[in-house]
Amino acid sequence: MSETKEVLIHADKLSKHFGDFVAVDEISFDVYKGEIFGFLGANGAGKTTAMRMLCGLSTPSSGQATVAGLDVYRKPEQIKKNIGYMSQKFSLYEDLTVMENIRFFAGIYGLSDKQIKEKSANLVGRLGLEKEAKKLVAGLPLGWKQKLSLSVALLHEPKIVFLDEPTGGVDPVTRKQFWDMIYEAAESGTTVFVTTHYLDEAEYCNRISIMVDGKIEALDSPEGLRKTYSAKNMDEVFYQLARKATRQAD
Amino acid sequence: MKQFITFVKKEFAHVFRDRKTLLMLFGLPVVQIVLFGFALTNEIKHADIAVVDNARDMASEQIILKMEGSSFFHVRKMVMDPGQTEEVFRQGKTKLVVIFPSNFYNDLLHYNKARIQIVADASDPNTATTLVAYITAIVNDYQASLPGGGPLPYAIVPEVRMLYNPDLKGAPNFVPGVMALVLLLVCVMMTSISIVREKELGTMEVLLVSPFKPILVILAKAVPYLVLSMVNLAVILLLSVYALDLPIRGSVILLFMESTLLIITALSLGLLISTVTESQQSAMFLSMMGMMLPTIMLSGYMFPIENMPKILQVISNVVPAKWYYIMVKAIMLKGLGFSYIWKETLILGGMTLFFLFISLRNFKIRLQ
Repeated sequence: MSETKEVLIHADKLSKHFGDFVAVDEISFDVYKGEIFGFLGANGAGKTTAMRMLCGLSTPSSGQATVAGLDVYRKPEQIKKNIGYMSQKFSLYEDLTVMENIRFFAGIYGLSDKQIKEKSANLVGRLGLEKEAKKLVAGLPLGWKQKLSLSVALLHEPKIVFLDEPTGGVDPVTRKQFWDMIYEAAESGTTVFVTTHYLDEAEYCNRISIMVDGKIEALDSPEGLRKTYSAKNMDEVFYQLARKATRQAD
Repeated sequence: MKQFITFVKKEFAHVFRDRKTLLMLFGLPVVQIVLFGFALTNEIKHADIAVVDNARDMASEQIILKMEGSSFFHVRKMVMDPGQTEEVFRQGKTKLVVIFPSNFYNDLLHYNKARIQIVADASDPNTATTLVAYITAIVNDYQASLPGGGPLPYAIVPEVRMLYNPDLKGAPNFVPGVMALVLLLVCVMMTSISIVREKELGTMEVLLVSPFKPILVILAKAVPYLVLSMVNLAVILLLSVYALDLPIRGSVILLFMESTLLIITALSLGLLISTVTESQQSAMFLSMMGMMLPTIMLSGYMFPIENMPKILQVISNVVPAKWYYIMVKAIMLKGLGFSYIWKETLILGGMTLFFLFISLRNFKIRLQ
């Protein structure tokens, strides 16, 4: 992790208001290059909103933030070229084939024909989807779909990849494989920003921030958190913090 | 540009993979044209009429011959008492009874005045009026052919000409209507559904996070439906020219240009609907209610706008199909050029800009 300590995401008192409701309340943190940074919190704690602001899907109400050294207010278009994104919902086209999906997403990121050809063949080989390449995505098992989604999000070799609860509804075995893929990406230098509400997944991250009611209540490595809260595991840490929550889950 | 083409290709893949919708898109206009053209017409062909010829003289026989010679009627000669006419109508098939009195030709020659009794089944008033008009025309025609030009030396016979549509065919009216309906239906419904579907599936977010410009997403989505609508338009025009014998009197290019304008109107309406709805169902419902009904009811092609209550007449002005319908009729039936329809073009163009402006503004807000 972070030998160079190059800051890829920097947030300073970043807030988002929806009318009177404060979804994200002055959060500040740094994410370093090659790190797997976890965003942990109950439903409605503001994880997704925070992530959307960093991706350029949502304009912050106040505060400062840079992604890949680019200001989120002034250079959202350049940020988009440097990031990959995988949303909560499965986000490939079910009525297109595996290959068509790969080509489409590679295409809209502006990859050249040669790159697209190479990468799609490579990707299909790596996922072991050779036989399914010409089949509709609709017919794939959910686990494979998720893995395909992640691979597609990484296709244009982004500096940072944002994963919004990527493992929802996936069985434990596939989840493990999925995390193997995340590690691979991190090793090859991609910074991973992942939100989750699975506490065991938090252990996989290099550092975690725990969000409660729109605020970051704790930020450290899993080990550090366990020490601070003198807890046996992440569950205990989380429950100690989450007990303070007043906000209802959405 | 290459990214744009990639996107358009993907949209075409969606369209062609959805066979049912595709079938509906192309089946619908064909079925409508065939139905309206051959089955649901309000023109009269081979109407059953009964003729009671009590005269059996030269004049009555010639008039009957003329009736039989016309494709409007299917003439049955009958013998019956005057009181029995109602009986004939009750059987249902006969639409009209013509009765020649005895001494018909004699009266005509000697008194310069002869009577024909025409009894029509007016439970269907439109048909009855039309049939009576046809019969009257035949009788007048015969009168004019008499030596000396008829009994009255100064007879004034009003000569009615049905301009642009002399046979009072139904087709010229509904073909422009069907065109408007199909173009609107395809473009409004399909565009709104295809955009809302991306929202529903969550793929829209992924697209918005990508460097691909949102405005291009919309343009790329519009392209396949623009192409499909053009094909549809060509099919409708070919059908109406070759199957319904309906000529296009004006410029085909102008017709296609005005249609493109309507298609763009429809696409921007579809876009507008997609910005205010979150699910495919509600997008479909809104397109149906918002487009189909006003188009059918208020564009003037089913019901004449002049006969509507004032309030509906005012409302009809905001229905894009109304203006398109006027223009298509002008081009197809009257053969008029652009100088006659620039006002309608301007109105439709203004509406399009309006819809486009509102929906693009809404679309931007959606991104926040």
